[in-house]
This record gives sequence, C-alpha cells and structure tokens, in this order.
Amino acid sequence: MLLIPCPYCGMERPEIEFRHGGEAHVVRPPDPSAVTDEAWTDYLYFRSNPKGVYAERWRHVSGCGRFFNVVRDTVSDRILASYRAGEPRPAAPVEARR
Amino acid sequence: MRFSFLNVVRQALSNNEGWPEQWASPEPKAAYDVVIVGGGGHGLATAYYLASQLGVANVAVLEKGWLGGGNTGRNTTILRSNYLWEESAALYEHALKLWEGLSAELNYNVMYSARGVMMLAHNVHDVQVIRRHVHANRLAGVDNAWLTPDEVKAFCPILNISPDIRYPIVGAALQRRGGTARHDAVAWGYARGASARGVDIIQNCEVTGIRRDAAGAVAGVETTRGPIAARKVGVVAAGHSSVVMAMAGVRMPLDSYPLQALVSEPVKPMMPCVVMSNTIHAYMSQSDKGEMVIGAGTDAYNSYSQTGGLHIANHTLEAICELFPAVRRLRMLRNWGGIVDVTPDRSPIIGLTAVPGLYVNCGWGTGGFKATPGSGHVFAHTIARGEPHRLAAPFALDRFRSGRLIDEAAAAAVAH
Amino acid sequence: MSQAFRVPGGVALDRARPISFTFDGVAYAGYEGDTLASALLANGVRIVGRSYKYHRPRGIVSAGPEEPNALVGVARGPGRFTPNLRATEVELTDGLVATSQNRWPSLRFDIGAISDLLAPLFGAGFYYKTFMGPNWLGPNWAWKRVYEPVVRRAAGLGTAPTAPDPDRYARYFDHCDVLVVGAGAAGLAAARAAADSGADVVLCDEAAAPGGSLLAETRATIEGRPARDWLAETLQALGAAANVRILTRTQAFGCYAQNFVGLSERLPEPALIADPTLPRERLWQMRAREVVLAAGAIERPLVFADNDRPGILLAESARRYLNLYGVKVGERVVVVTAHDSAYRAALDLASAGVAVALIADLRDEASGPLPQAARAAGIEVAVKASVHAIRGRGRIEAVRLAAHPGGMRTLACDALLMSGGWTPSVHLFSQARGKLAFDAGLEAFRPGPPVARQRSAGACNATFGLQEALAEGDAAGRAAAEAAGRSPPDPRAIPVEGAPPAAGGTLGAPLHVLGDRHARAFVDFQNDVCVKDVELAIQEGYRSIEHVKRYTTTGMATDQGKLSNMNALAIAAAVRRTSIPEVGLTTFRPPYMPVTFGAFAGPARDDLFDPARRTPIHAWAAERGAAFEDVGQWKRAWYFPRRGEGMRAAVAREGRTVRAGVGLFDASTLGKIEVVGRDAALFLERMYANAFKKLEVGRCRYGLMLTETGYLMDDGVIGRLAPDRFHVTTTTGGAARVLAQMEDYLQTEFTDLEVWLTSTTEQWATIAVQGPRARDTIAPFVEGLDLSNAAFPHMSVRDGKACGVPARVMRVSFSGELGYEINVGSAYGLDVWKALFAEAEKHGGCAYGTETMHVLRAEKGYVIVGQETDGTVTLADLGLDWAIGKAKADFVGKRSLRLAEPAREGRKQLVGLLTEDPTVVLEEGAQVTATATPPTGSSALGHITSSYPSATLGRSIALALVAGGRARVGEKLFASTAAGAVAAIVTAPCFFDPDGKRLHG
Repeated sequence: MLLIPCPYCGMERPEIEFRHGGEAHVVRPPDPSAVTDEAWTDYLYFRSNPKGVYAERWRHVSGCGRFFNVVRDTVSDRILASYRAGEPRPAAPVEARR
Repeated sequence: MRFSFLNVVRQALSNNEGWPEQWASPEPKAAYDVVIVGGGGHGLATAYYLASQLGVANVAVLEKGWLGGGNTGRNTTILRSNYLWEESAALYEHALKLWEGLSAELNYNVMYSARGVMMLAHNVHDVQVIRRHVHANRLAGVDNAWLTPDEVKAFCPILNISPDIRYPIVGAALQRRGGTARHDAVAWGYARGASARGVDIIQNCEVTGIRRDAAGAVAGVETTRGPIAARKVGVVAAGHSSVVMAMAGVRMPLDSYPLQALVSEPVKPMMPCVVMSNTIHAYMSQSDKGEMVIGAGTDAYNSYSQTGGLHIANHTLEAICELFPAVRRLRMLRNWGGIVDVTPDRSPIIGLTAVPGLYVNCGWGTGGFKATPGSGHVFAHTIARGEPHRLAAPFALDRFRSGRLIDEAAAAAVAH
Repeated sequence: MSQAFRVPGGVALDRARPISFTFDGVAYAGYEGDTLASALLANGVRIVGRSYKYHRPRGIVSAGPEEPNALVGVARGPGRFTPNLRATEVELTDGLVATSQNRWPSLRFDIGAISDLLAPLFGAGFYYKTFMGPNWLGPNWAWKRVYEPVVRRAAGLGTAPTAPDPDRYARYFDHCDVLVVGAGAAGLAAARAAADSGADVVLCDEAAAPGGSLLAETRATIEGRPARDWLAETLQALGAAANVRILTRTQAFGCYAQNFVGLSERLPEPALIADPTLPRERLWQMRAREVVLAAGAIERPLVFADNDRPGILLAESARRYLNLYGVKVGERVVVVTAHDSAYRAALDLASAGVAVALIADLRDEASGPLPQAARAAGIEVAVKASVHAIRGRGRIEAVRLAAHPGGMRTLACDALLMSGGWTPSVHLFSQARGKLAFDAGLEAFRPGPPVARQRSAGACNATFGLQEALAEGDAAGRAAAEAAGRSPPDPRAIPVEGAPPAAGGTLGAPLHVLGDRHARAFVDFQNDVCVKDVELAIQEGYRSIEHVKRYTTTGMATDQGKLSNMNALAIAAAVRRTSIPEVGLTTFRPPYMPVTFGAFAGPARDDLFDPARRTPIHAWAAERGAAFEDVGQWKRAWYFPRRGEGMRAAVAREGRTVRAGVGLFDASTLGKIEVVGRDAALFLERMYANAFKKLEVGRCRYGLMLTETGYLMDDGVIGRLAPDRFHVTTTTGGAARVLAQMEDYLQTEFTDLEVWLTSTTEQWATIAVQGPRARDTIAPFVEGLDLSNAAFPHMSVRDGKACGVPARVMRVSFSGELGYEINVGSAYGLDVWKALFAEAEKHGGCAYGTETMHVLRAEKGYVIVGQETDGTVTLADLGLDWAIGKAKADFVGKRSLRLAEPAREGRKQLVGLLTEDPTVVLEEGAQVTATATPPTGSSALGHITSSYPSATLGRSIALALVAGGRARVGEKLFASTAAGAVAAIVTAPCFFDPDGKRLHG
C-alpha cells in the first residue's frame, strides 16, 4: 500500500484513503465543439501509460476530498512529487520524502 | 520426437536421455519476413499459425526474458467464451474451439479441462445481466445455461447457498465447456510447434526500437542483440504494449495495472469447477496439483512493478472466505502480480495501425489467457493477409475514433 | 510407546508437564514445550509423511519452518481441521490429534508408492507428453474423463477442510520506528540498540521462543555470560522496556512498498482453548520507518542418491532437537558435511552419548577449530568424502561412502546428519526490491544496497560468526534508530568467547551424481524433483531457471524452495556449464511462509463482510414481513406480502392499490446532493444534458447525466430551492459515482465556477406517497404549504414542515400517479412514515416495495438506469433526447454525440413489447429476433430490458431495446425463451395514461 503525500493536508496518508484518477494533465478541450473527432477521442481514450516517470491524479476521498497530482515512477512505484491540481508539473521532480 | 505414451515408456527405458530440445534457440538472423515482439502465449501462437497455416515460416519471435514469463505464466488459467456482445462471443468461442483440439494439434498436453465455469448471481440486477448473457449466448451458439441455487450447490458443493448470508447466491450461469488449462504448457507447446516449423524463437532479446523507412513504413526492429530487418512487425507485448508502440510513435488507448493472483497450499480435490462472482469480486478454481487458484483485483494505479498492495489480497480473500467458508483455514502459498494492459472498453485491440507494416494485438486486460489460440490465429491471418481477419475486424484500433466500442465492462454495470 | 529417544536436557521442555497426543491414531507422550516433530522423534517415529509424486516414505528433515516432509493435518473439533501443518511448527498440546497425509491406506503401507517403482516414467514434465489420446474418443475426452480425475485424486497434499471455520481472526494496522525481523543474535542486538535510542521498536520472531540459534547454543559466552543466559537477560530487558514490543510466533511474510510489512501472528492453542474470544491469528500491517532484517539463514541439504530416506536430516536441526527438546535423533549417527557448523552438532550429540561413527567432510581438508575440536573429542573425521548409497527404506540403516582416509566403506547408522552450508534468508530484502549479489567466495546470494529503508544484519546478510552478527545487529539497530530520528548511544562492544568461526559450504550436486540418470538424488523433497529432472529440463531446452522451476516444479512446494532453490540453481549452472548468476534467480514472492486465508480476511465476515446500508424505515418494513433485495450496498424493501401471498400476488395488490388509492414507498436510498453556490445553475448545465439556468425557483426538472463518451450514466429529479441552491437526486446505485464525477469536473475542469457539493443521502429520509389519494394522505401533516395544483404543481419543490418537523416536499412521480416525495431528517423518518402510513390506511392505502415501483414505472415507460441502460445507451436511443438543452454550447458528453457510433442510424431504441398471449411474461434479458427460429449465430435485433405482469393492464408488458425499434411499431417480433420463441408486437414504450393526465390530478 502506497504512502501518498496529500499537498492539501500536508501529510502522507495510506493509499486506501485515496482514489486514483488516471493520467494527469489530460486537458479537456475548452471548446469541445471546435475540435476534430481525432482530438476529442485523443482526450477521451488515448494515454501515455509510460514505463517510468508518470504524472497522475489522485483524490483524497477519505480525507480532504481534493484532487491533486502526483509524479511517480511506475517501475519502482516511488513517488517523486505531489502538487495541487492546476499547478504545473514540476520540471525536474524533487525526490519526495519516502 | 513425437510425444506419446509409447515414447514416454521408450525413453524411460533409456533414462530419458533421448528427448530432444523442445525448441531451438538460434542466433537471430539479419532479416525475417515477420517479427513478433513478445514471446508469450499470444505471440507464440501467432508465430505458430503463421508457419503452420499461412505459409509464413520466416518468422522470429523476440522475447526480452523467457518464454511465457509475462501474463501467460501469471494468470488463473480460466477459459470461457460466454461473453455478452456477439463480436466478443465469436472471438472467444473461436478460441475455445481451438482449445478443445489444442493438445492434439500441438501434440503437447495443455490439459484443457472442461470442468465448467459458473458465474454467480447475487441479486436481481445480477440475474438480469446474467440471463441476458445466457440468452445472447444461446443465440450465438455458445453454451451457457442458467442454474437455480440448488443446481449451483449440486455442481459445486462447497458453495454456501444459504439465503441468509450477506450476498446470497440466487442463481448462476454455467458454461460447461469452460474450464482451465495448464498455462505454461500453452506457451511451450506453441513454441515447440512453431520451432519445428521453422520459426526462430529468440529469448533474452529485448526490442529497443522500431525502424521505419523513408515512407514511414516498418523496416525492422532494434534489439539488445542487434538490428533485425522485417517488413512486418507484430507487437504482442501485453502490459508493455504502450512502451513498444511508443517506439513507433503510436499512442495507445491503454493503461497498465498490476493484477494479482494467489494460490493456497495444495489439498485433495475440494471443488470440481471454476466459480466467479463479479458482484463480490472473487473467482477461484482448484489446479490439478491441488492448489486453490484465486484471482485478485488490479491495483488502482498504473504500474509496471509486478507487485501489488497487501490490501488487494486482503480484499480478495475476504470475498473468497465469504463465498467458500471452508477455505478459511487454508493458507496462501504464493501471491504474485502481472502487468495487464486495459482498454477503455475492456475489449482487446487486434489489427493494423497507422504505420504500414506495424500490427498490434493487445489490451486483453485481465482476461487474455482464454483467448490465446484464437488471438494468435486471427492475428496471424491479419498479419499474413495485411487486412483484419473477419473476427478481428470489430476489434480494430480505430474503434476508439468512431466510438464503436465493444463495452464488456458496461455490460456488467450496476445502477438503479 | 515410551520416549526411547529422550535424553536429559532440553531447554524448551517443561518436564513437569507431560502431554499425551495421537499421531495416526496411536497415542504417544511428550512434554510441554515439545513440537510435534520433537515428540515424534522422541518416540522413535521416523516415517511421518509421503512425498508428493512418488509417495516415498519421508521423515523429519529440519527443526524449523523450512520443513518440506513432515506435513500433518491437525484436528480440534468441528471446523477446526487444518491440513499441511509442519510438524516442526506444531506446538504440542494435550490431546492433540495429528494425522499424516497423502497416503492410503496407511503411512506404512501406501498403495501410491507403486509410482516409485514406475519413477522413470514420471520424469520432469512427463504429463505434457502423454494422457492426450486416443483421439477417436473425441478431442480431450480421455483427459477429461480418465486421466485428469486420476491425476487430481493422486495430487494434493492434505485433506481439504469441509466445514466453516468457527475461529476468529484479527487484523491491525500499526506503526513503529524500527521493526526488527528475527530475534536471533543479530536481531536482539539490533532491537537492544534501537531501544536504547528511545525508538519505538517492534521485534518479531517466527518461533514460540525467541533466540534463534542462541537457544541451542551450549558453548559460547556473550558479554561474559553463557549465551542462553545472555539471551534470557536481553529478552527480559527488552520486555521491560516501554518502547519495545516483542511479537513471538510472528512471521514477517511480506515486504510491500515503503516499508509496509505484513506480519502474521498465531496464538498458541492452549490460549485459544482457555479463552474462545481470542483470535486464532492476527495480521499486523506494520508501517515501519526503518526495518532491520535479521532473518537468519537456512541450512542446505546435501544432494546424493536416496538422500530423502527417513533418518537423514540437517545437522543443525539434530543439534536443536538435542539441546532444545532433549531428543537424540539416533543412537549411532554419521555426519556428512561441507561446513564446519555440523561439527558443533557432532560434538553436542557425542556429549549426549550418541555414537558418532564418522564425520565425513566433502571438502579437501577440515582444519578449522571445530574439526580440530571434534578430532580432539575422539570423533573420527575423514575428508574428500562422497556419499554413494543409502541402505534402508523406511529408515536409514547404513550409508556407503568414500572418504579419506578409509576409502570406500559402509557404515551402519540410524541417522545421518548432513550440512551443505547455509543459505541467507534474503526473501524480505528481495521482496522490497533490493538487488541480490552473488558472492562466489561464500557461494551465496547476499543483499546488495537496499532500496527501501532497510538494513540486513547477521546470517541473512551472510555474516555468520556470532560476534560479527552481534556487532552488525548492534550497528544496524543504532543506524535505524538514528535514521528514524532518534539519538543512539555509542556503539557497544559485545565480546563473544567460545564461538569459533565456522566456514564452508557446497552447492548443487557432486560430479558422480551429475549425469547419473539412475540416481534418485533429491533436490526438492516435497515435490520429488531429482537431479536428473533438472538435467532433463535443460536437455529439453528449459534453460532459464524460471523454466527449470516450472518444468520440474522444483521450489514450488509448500516450502517454496527454502531448502532446494540454491541446489537447483547450482545444478542448472553445472549442467549448462555456466555460472550461477548467469542462470539467474527466481523471484522471491510473498508470503515468506504460508499464511492463513482467514488472517488476510480478518474480521470481514458475515455482517461485517460488507456492512449493509439500511434506511430509517427498514425496521418497520422488516417487522411487517417485507422481503428485501440488495441494491448496491442497500437493503431495500422488495415487496410486502400479506399472509399467504407470494411475490406476484403481493405486487399485483400493491400496484392496484397505488393506482386506485395511495401507496407509500421508502425512497430513502436515492442519492441526494445539495449543489450550492453562485454558479450552481451553470455547473448543473455543464454536468447534465438538460438546461437549468432558466429553471424557476421551486420547480423541478428530470436531470440526465451522461458520461463524457456520450452515454446515459445516471438520472434523477433536480429541484431549485433558491437561485443559488439545488436539491439533486440520483439513482440508488449511482450516488457515489455522480458525486465523484461532479467533484472531478468542478475541481479540475470547471475551476472557474463557485459551487459547493454536499452529499445529503444519509441526512434525508425520503417517503414517496403515490396515488390519487396522495394529497389527502399528506395534507393532515403538512404545514405551511398550499398543496393545490395551482400553488404546488407537478415537478415542484417546497420547504415546509411535516408532522411538525422540517420537510422538503417534492411533487414528483415515478408511478405516473399524483405523487409527493417527503424528505425529512433521517431521525424523524420512521415517525413520519408511521403517521403517513396510518393515514394512508384510512384511504385503503398500503406500503409498496421496489418491485411494484418497477412495475408502475414500466407501465409508464419510465426507464431505470442500469436496467434499460448498460452504459452503451444514448438519450436518443431511449427517446429522451427532448430533454437535451439544445442551446447549450457544451455539457459533459455532448461532443461525443457527434462521433460516428452514437450518431449512427439503426441503433437500438426503446420500445414496448406486448406478447400475443397476454399471460406470457417474457424473461428479462431475452433476445429479440425477427423470426421465430433464427439460425444459430445470427444477430439479435435487441433484448428485453424489463418485463412484468401488469395488474393495472391485466396482461404482461415488456420494454425492449430493438434496432430501429421506433420504426417497427406494430411489427411482430420474437423473444427467446428456454422453450422457444414467443411472438410479441412492438408498441410505444408507454402502456398507461400516455398523456400523463393522472400526474396532474
């Protein structure tokens, strides 16, 4: 069970308090009617799914209820950064406290 | 050498010293007609059918580790074909028919055991969904029958059918031709058959790049054992499909998750069939060796780590012990994880891609083992002919552009 | 039988407490403190089990949890039979009933042993090569009908339990600064150092008595005291420290991400008998800041022909039986070893009066202090030894070996002690993703740099000397405490005397065994894997160690290769003429030792498995004899049968009552969300397909929520309470999903909106009052609201009072009748219900359940999400596209409606179906086809989504999704049944009051 740092609560909490929300920074087109089918289905279905560093959304459902983002290495499952929704992905993730 | 009882006896008399290698391990050649990326069951089956039925024997199967080391060797070996949508039922039924003759076809005992797969209904909604499956399957020519609780108990006596439990069993669907098979044997049997027909099986050979020519078409692969030229490359990399496809610049509608499974210590026979419950997320069967084989859930997050959280096993065993109260004192012997590639509609992707010469077969999620022969067969046709096999056509990648999904997940959705 | 092999001594025993027990029905005696294994050995019982494949007689090999042979079933009353327990771990209790396994009819005379005679047939993987035909019987017939049943009966170990387990299991989460795994020398030193630093320490050990190798130590002194005294003092000091917890009988079985360690603790049987409320086992899920692994090492067997005969056991285990339990494993023993440690065993056994016929050392010389001590004690030592044959089947009688000096000779003996050296227990380190490095000098895999915050100390780190292990433990404990933020004291010197270094070891099989296809030299005892099986696997191309393992099954038995893996690896390397690291190592997976399913499941059973949600009115319904159905986690009243009524009669009566008068329905399970804020209307416009901006305060709208992919996800009535406040209802099963989708978009997409969402599902009890007399029923109780049609029309909402308590009254209908839903605080729900019910009865009314609710809405053609829909149905399919706010630029799911598939012609559409025979009720899920006898494999036009007998209409009705259905009204189609197709006519999906006049009554 992962220990996930919630940037709103300011502490690490066990994974069962959270719900995974899929890949982060997948932006819904601001005007969906203006985009092509391809762009729209890219948003709906296509994901990077990398083996390595990955930005993902979590929601602290059994805590503050907020969505936030985590950068995690999908090979080691090590969490490298945790930041609030809407903040940019850290360019070079600082290694988080284990 | 042919596998037969006679030869087992003959070899026993000469201390088993005469058995040859079951497959050759050649050095990779510079070029092949077709390169298959991934030496699991699906990839090896693809190569086998290319060589045995389609006259394409100049084929290499490249495996980064050992044959069958991915999900082929990590699943709970359940076979069935009673899917809801006719496209799915047709594909899985094709596979099940091949399973029925596979030991003879490969001359390798894959231990296909048609012991019956029972899917339990616990509430009114389950009954509606499962009966819909039964009716749809009957029309499609796929065997699937509705059982009353008493019939459920007769078929699997260790189930608790008391109406007073938290999730009582109110009925079940039974596919009698469903069952299990010996997972490793499938990979090995296909490898032996393919190798005998001229396919080069190359282990410890990781693909690191996909080469494309000036026109953008596939020209071959880069590997840890040097470049290999091929005009057709079939990617059958399961949990790593996104990674391999990214080498050709192709983005996929996939997420990879660790899926856990576990077995108990072996005991004498205690259940004769496979039992699944979607509602309480439990499924179990007993291997020929006597281990209770239990499928657990996926972890919540994308990962390539092949290890999952302890809470997943806890949750699974809560459900198993509730359903089968007699197993509570059995002990978990082994718990492992595989990486499954999951599509948005929980159906696989089989077919061509936007890159000429690049073919993909992935997205089998948590249920790919049962499809192994059918998947390999239709994929071999698709590669050889350069166009989708009839059964594979609905599973093309472009369904995620048209929205014509084959939503097996939605079919089990609960609401109201 | 007397305890013929019992000798004086045995620190674990309480000789004042004799115990009687039975094994295979024969009564034996032992002492408190014995294990079943030690007591059986004391009684001279040598055959304790049969092997898996060849049914060879097997004896006890080890004294610990690595035991592969001595597996027994233990029974203690109904439901308390446990198979496959290791006799070396079963603590002896008075009256214990143990039975051997995998034999028939008895352990001595086992019919299955015939397979041993046919062993050449049963080489590695033989079953892949046969049992397939004959094919003229049909594909797979013989395997299914003949071979597999035989294989299954022959396989398996213990008998399967059949009765539910009455015992309890507990599950905890816990935290500590430093978790020390293993309470041997290194672990104790580590725990002491960490404890002295003030750290919160947990020390766990798999054995009943902590101490590891120190328990059997007779010669060494630590800090000037005999080792066992030091052990007692250290344990006492640790036990007295407030910041230390010692968990005995506790196995650290799994190391998960970020030092999350699974521990399984078993409670001793006498404690369970004395206090039945105690759990049988506890699962500790320990989050440790730092972990010190001091898991020790496991002695390796030697590989030679017939090395599995009863009486052949590990040397250190023989020493433990002697020193812990006062048991000599034989009268006259031969020691065969490649490691100095076996000399310690020989010396201790000789001191106890056992004749040590010879120590045969496999090495070229044996010159260390321990061999010298053995020679000095008068024990004959020979080197360059090789074992060539074992005589005796049920028990070793003699060994034929070659050694220098002495050459080839046969030595009579009743026990053979073997040692191939020691394998560090690196399982947990490896599970935590630490990389192992092969140390060619030690011939062992040892921990490399850790990945997790872990340190390895002592034998599991390949540090075998007692003094070195203590020092390493002390250092690891201090470093762990410091890393956990504590201030450790200075390093402590822990002087040791009388523990001369012990070295040596061998891996794999000797040359004369390799290549000998006649030798039955076992690598994996339990799974009956011999050297020749490993050779055969490689001969057949199974080169990777994972392939060797899977093809031969070596390392896959219940001991998971603790004794066999390193030997198998070395043999594979030798056969392939390559190095051990080149062959690779199989992955270490949890659990380290088998762990009871019940411990994982913990208290989650029966009512606690998945706690049911019940409404405030549940108890009333139960009292009235309602039948309940499960909907998600909720228990909902399904129907209210009166005396003698079945479901169908009850539902018919309830339905007629609602249509004719009034009925009460408990709708409390509906999801309720209060949506509040400046932009609440705008937010709902984006989340739902409908328009909301212009919805007047006090009015309601039927809201339809789509997935972003364009399909109907949920529905419910939404009422506007104020310009900035809405009461949103959802389906029972969809409440959490809807709120999650709302939060997701609010927090991450529509971040410009000022809206707050609050679930109020549990806060409101909701009572639906439906029927022409609904107004009359609620009027006496409602205060402050004008219930007239003009003032309170259909699809309105008002806040007022009911029965004197605040109430939110909605005029809505899911029955097609005049209807109200009265929401009151949950605490008032039952009282308000009772008052309304008493009033309804005056009007001839009744309570009705979900089944009648379903029938009434189906008569009206109202859809149920999850029944008419399955996640692949659009609003247009259902004929609900009128609800879409056409003017809206965007809402969730809108863009997807333009994709090819949702916009496709010919999609399945919701229609009604009326069977030609009105008494026939179609089956939900039945397939709809154009002809009565569609050919197998043809496509269906659609399927039946809902089907009921309708009392109102006096006939059956059905709803269906049918391709191009709306254009087929009037057509005759066919629905499948088990007995053949049934004809039905397509209609509009509304069977009753199509103009909706009754809603406005």
